[in-house]
Amino acid sequence: MTDQTDVGAASFQPAHFAFDAESEAEISRVLGRYPAGKQASAVLPLLYFVQRQMGRQTGSAWVPRAAMDEIARRLAMAPIRVYEVATFYTMFQLRPVGRFHLQVCTTTPCWLRGSDEVVAACRRTAGVGGFGETSADGLFTMTEVECLGACVNAPILQVNDDFYEDLDGPRTDALLAALKRGEVPPPGSTIGRQTSAPEGGPQTLVALPLAAATPPAE
Amino acid sequence: MAKVTVDGIEVEVPNGASVLQACEIAGREIPRFCYHERLSVAGNCRMCLVEIEKNPKPVASCAFPVADGMVVKTDSPMVRQSRRGVMEFLLINHPLDCPICDQGGECDLQDQSMAYGMDHSRYHENKRAVKDKDLGPLVKTVMTRCIQCTRCVRFAQEIAGVPELGATARGENMEIGTYVEKALSSELSGNLIDICPVGALTSKPYAFVARPWELNKTDSIDVLDAVGTNIRIDTRGSEVLRILPRLNEDVNEEWMGDKARFSLDGLKRRRLDRPWLRREGKLVAVSWQEAFAAIAQRLQGLSGARIGAIAGDLADAESMIALKDLMAGLGSSNLDCRQRGEKLEAARRDFYCFNTSVAGIEEADALLLIGTNPRHEAPVLNARIRKRVLAGNFPIAAVGARGDLTYGVEWIGAGPAALRALLAGTHAFSAILSAAKRPMVIVGQGAVARADGAAVLAAAWQIASQFGMLGADWHGFNMLHSAASRVGALDLGFLPGAHGKDVAAMLGGGVDLLWLLGADEIDTSAIGAGTFVVYQGHHGDAGAARADVILPGAAYTEKSGTYVNTEGRAQRTAAALHPPGEAREDWKILRAFSDVIGRRLPYDDLDSLRRRLGEAHPVFTRPDALPRLACTDLAGPAGDSDGLGDAPFVPFLADYYRTDPISRSSATMAECARTFGPSLMQAAE
Amino acid sequence: MLSDKDRIFTNLYGLHDWRLAGARARGDWDGTAALLARGRDALIEEVKASGLRGRGGAGFPTGMKWSFMPKQSDGRPHYLVVNADESEPGTCKDRDILRHDPHKLIEGCLIAGLAMGAHVAYIYVRGEFYNEAARLQAAVDEAYDAGLIGRNACGSGWEFDVYVHRGAGAYICGEETALLESLEGKKGMPRLKPPFPAAVGLYGCPTTVNNVESIAVVPTILRRGAAWFSELGRPKNAGTKIFCISGHVNKPCNVEEELGIPLRELIERYAGGVRGGWDNLLAVIPGGSSVPVLPREICDTVLMDFDSLREVRSGLGTAAVIVMDKSTDIIKAIARLSQFYKHESCGQCTPCREGTGWLMRVMYRLVEGRAEPGEIDVLEQVTRQIEGHTICALGDAAAWPVQGLIRHFRPVIEERIAQAKARPMPLAAE
Repeated sequence: MTDQTDVGAASFQPAHFAFDAESEAEISRVLGRYPAGKQASAVLPLLYFVQRQMGRQTGSAWVPRAAMDEIARRLAMAPIRVYEVATFYTMFQLRPVGRFHLQVCTTTPCWLRGSDEVVAACRRTAGVGGFGETSADGLFTMTEVECLGACVNAPILQVNDDFYEDLDGPRTDALLAALKRGEVPPPGSTIGRQTSAPEGGPQTLVALPLAAATPPAE
Repeated sequence: MAKVTVDGIEVEVPNGASVLQACEIAGREIPRFCYHERLSVAGNCRMCLVEIEKNPKPVASCAFPVADGMVVKTDSPMVRQSRRGVMEFLLINHPLDCPICDQGGECDLQDQSMAYGMDHSRYHENKRAVKDKDLGPLVKTVMTRCIQCTRCVRFAQEIAGVPELGATARGENMEIGTYVEKALSSELSGNLIDICPVGALTSKPYAFVARPWELNKTDSIDVLDAVGTNIRIDTRGSEVLRILPRLNEDVNEEWMGDKARFSLDGLKRRRLDRPWLRREGKLVAVSWQEAFAAIAQRLQGLSGARIGAIAGDLADAESMIALKDLMAGLGSSNLDCRQRGEKLEAARRDFYCFNTSVAGIEEADALLLIGTNPRHEAPVLNARIRKRVLAGNFPIAAVGARGDLTYGVEWIGAGPAALRALLAGTHAFSAILSAAKRPMVIVGQGAVARADGAAVLAAAWQIASQFGMLGADWHGFNMLHSAASRVGALDLGFLPGAHGKDVAAMLGGGVDLLWLLGADEIDTSAIGAGTFVVYQGHHGDAGAARADVILPGAAYTEKSGTYVNTEGRAQRTAAALHPPGEAREDWKILRAFSDVIGRRLPYDDLDSLRRRLGEAHPVFTRPDALPRLACTDLAGPAGDSDGLGDAPFVPFLADYYRTDPISRSSATMAECARTFGPSLMQAAE
Repeated sequence: MLSDKDRIFTNLYGLHDWRLAGARARGDWDGTAALLARGRDALIEEVKASGLRGRGGAGFPTGMKWSFMPKQSDGRPHYLVVNADESEPGTCKDRDILRHDPHKLIEGCLIAGLAMGAHVAYIYVRGEFYNEAARLQAAVDEAYDAGLIGRNACGSGWEFDVYVHRGAGAYICGEETALLESLEGKKGMPRLKPPFPAAVGLYGCPTTVNNVESIAVVPTILRRGAAWFSELGRPKNAGTKIFCISGHVNKPCNVEEELGIPLRELIERYAGGVRGGWDNLLAVIPGGSSVPVLPREICDTVLMDFDSLREVRSGLGTAAVIVMDKSTDIIKAIARLSQFYKHESCGQCTPCREGTGWLMRVMYRLVEGRAEPGEIDVLEQVTRQIEGHTICALGDAAAWPVQGLIRHFRPVIEERIAQAKARPMPLAAE
């Protein structure tokens, strides 16, 4: 039995929420993107701002109910319409999560390439019991997610905003161990692949003169 | 117009109509769950699928527009298979708890499953369970039964104007609810029960009370406000078990206020079921003869000028004319129906009626509210205003106490000063009214139940006149009443006659015998200590508490009575059951008493009484009809708008849920009042 | 085999600078003003003539889609909305465009926008592509700074704004009307059609929704000419396409190739072949999770284009090739897709909301063989009861993988059931 009703009134809900200066700056930037009277379009961006602000302020990036009410007020929406949106989209966490949100893709393309081992490593090394659970040290929450859209680099583990690709069990262990130590390894392929090119290097686009001419920026 | 062929039947339907409408015109019934003609189209249940030639896939007829030459099949193998499929999907997670479901016997899902359901289930998995929601004291939820049609969400958003219900989460986890648990703050919430096609939303007070086939059904009229909502009273034995709305497009469409629906437990409590007589300060039970004799004795030697009568909010026209005739026989012209001193003027009918008509609201293009909260005083009429608002381009300004009316309103002042500004053209809304082609004004009782009420009335009329609300094909002046009896009382002249006393003058010892016909809204403490009070009515409320003699009458569910609604539309209640104990229909009590004092009223049956009513005013001879009014005589009421005071208008009803002896006796209404506070309005500010 | 000179996405792998300077060096934003000066009708005609079919899965001709937009505005603004909600399992091509070739997309937006009378484009990027959206935004900012878009885009006199809008985790928002709902700040629930977006779209205004790849190829098509593009590929299946090859191949990758390339060649030439060799191949899902799986025999010869794959009762979809070798539990592979569709159903309409959960639950029982043989037919019938009965195509997408499984691997399911029946019953006490 699902238990949505109780989340909004649960004991972990703060009584108040106020946007901080950084969020306010983002809000004023984003509101200009939509026509007058269509400010409800900004509901997803504002929910994101809340989640990031909570991450900044508390180390747990989630969306409290009081913040949804504030969004409703800002965007002249009925609060229930904001609740509907926040519960519809899976990227909004409506209860506190760990500092590192481990989002394991287990959809078929990742599963074919060993996502079960990634899940096992998360349990083992991050110390999370199962999907939707948070480790005892509060560092990790593991969520099962659907296809992340990086299937030629499967399996993928998304940690907060970043994709870690081409994983297996040991490499996942190493990644999580690094996170525990306070290191954030560079996102992307964990086997040194050039993005979506085949392992060992591209077979196409190599003959182009530009390949040598313009080094990748970053 | 488009020519559409439905199952070989050719019909012409307006362009823009849906295929479902075309099918209905052709007389083909289309099963549906999510579709409701008064709500926006959701198209989500997929039960109304039909086959349209040249379309490879079945089409949801509720949402698909007709096209000329379209050929529709509603009973082809594709259609039958589709509907059977949808029905199977609806049932896989629907509990098989029909035997304990209050919707049983009047459930759309149950009915349709007879036509499209299988005799066994092919679903061998666990069924979904959904946590029930607490929507307050009126609507019971069994959310596992929900089929996610979202009618309730759309009703709350669109009709009730309280966007508090939603469908949260998604997929098979989608749930209807408020997310943060709260009672649904609408006076129209009971309609959710009617629109829910399954047993997910049912009546909390009616839970497990009866099955529909056990009930006797009586068509009648609600009297707990002045809209005249058409209702059906469901009884079993000597009890009213349920009250439901009946369709009347001109009045209530198919909606009903919660007070009208849920006050029925008040019909059983605090009832006056036998005559009482005050002896040595205490009321004692007596026989009818003893009660009548006591009144007759007190009348002896009294001149007509020392006798008075006040008609209450729930009085039927029949008993009022009988009481008026009785008073005339006694030489009294001390009559009044304006219990709270409303400065209503009866010189012309359009001074006190809702002339635009309820349905006419939909034709208006600007609205001014004066001293009224239609959400409380007439929730169903308020829904009509909201309907007009949703149609667009309907500016509304309001003068009075602020509140959430379920639609946007420009509050232009708390008191009469705003009226002066409008008349002087100094307020911006004056220009909006001037530009409007069919503007209307609604004056509430709160605007006239005050010292300067006559001036307010005059000013309101002046605004109507000045801003083109009065014309040969449009009457935009509207008095909104909250008492079901009021317009009828004014029509038949239940007002002080020549040199007669009004309510204020009758109180404070102005009369020696005061006959209260269900009058419970007067200040009974102001009745003179020496005044002998006869209370005729059905509930032990304020009037009965002060009475020297109590004559037990009939509630509206127990008599055939004529009520003229705020529009001026006469409608009749029907007796769904007998009055309790020794209580009697009110006109019969008066007729019997007139016999006792030797001034027999000249009617022996209802027909002859109604002929007498017809003599008093022709409106009583044409029940249900409402000729659309125009206004060619711009002359206004007698009051002088110069007399406008400065006091802000105050809400006329302190508590929507408890406005009359019946709702005040209702435990359900008491719980609503506790849940929602004295006023829903303030919360919204 | 496509030669590098005919590849559109010359920075597919991000080997080069994605910024404006790098993009310009690769030919982007070259003579854009002149392209715009051709005018609306000429642009649409050229795109029509190129034979470009939508790259988001359905394969609808792009030029024709543009031509549905009203020729004259009735006062309502027109909108271009770019669908970058790439979420179809197996598919990760738009991601590469967003992060490595963002200027192709932005330039394409400007041209497409002018062609349909739109002054505003919204690019709806799936929420999980946080870094990709940030890079796209940076590229948009560069384009504004360089005057390529904005008040007077490329000096053309055409005002054009591009806004990046992030989704938040909902596959259904890849359905164009759900995307519009989401962009309006609502739940991503597909709309009833008609009306179609070209008549009533974003904010009730005429709108065209195009896939990232469809828009990003437009500038190159216009520069090199419709004839160049239409000669690539096969008749009615013109041009190049980014293929995503995932699963049991030696070297999973994205690659741009001509439509119509044989599936086997695609896998063996670019993805290092099937793990354990072609003979170790069990099956391929050739166009993203929604399209029916193909068994090895068909994979031997099938060509990768819209019409060839339809002939074998599958589809090109997003050209996401999911390869499964013989070690794969094919029932479980498809069951996991059923779980995906159950998770992603918006819940709006009955057959999908109820049917996807039903499919998933039966599929997972079949993985263990816990079923009666007759249930395979029931499962098939349930997919038919979903397919074609819903508001949007998610219901179809949920039905097809299961149908494909039953069509080609019924004996595997039957054997699984038989094996389960043969196992001794566990004792009640256990």
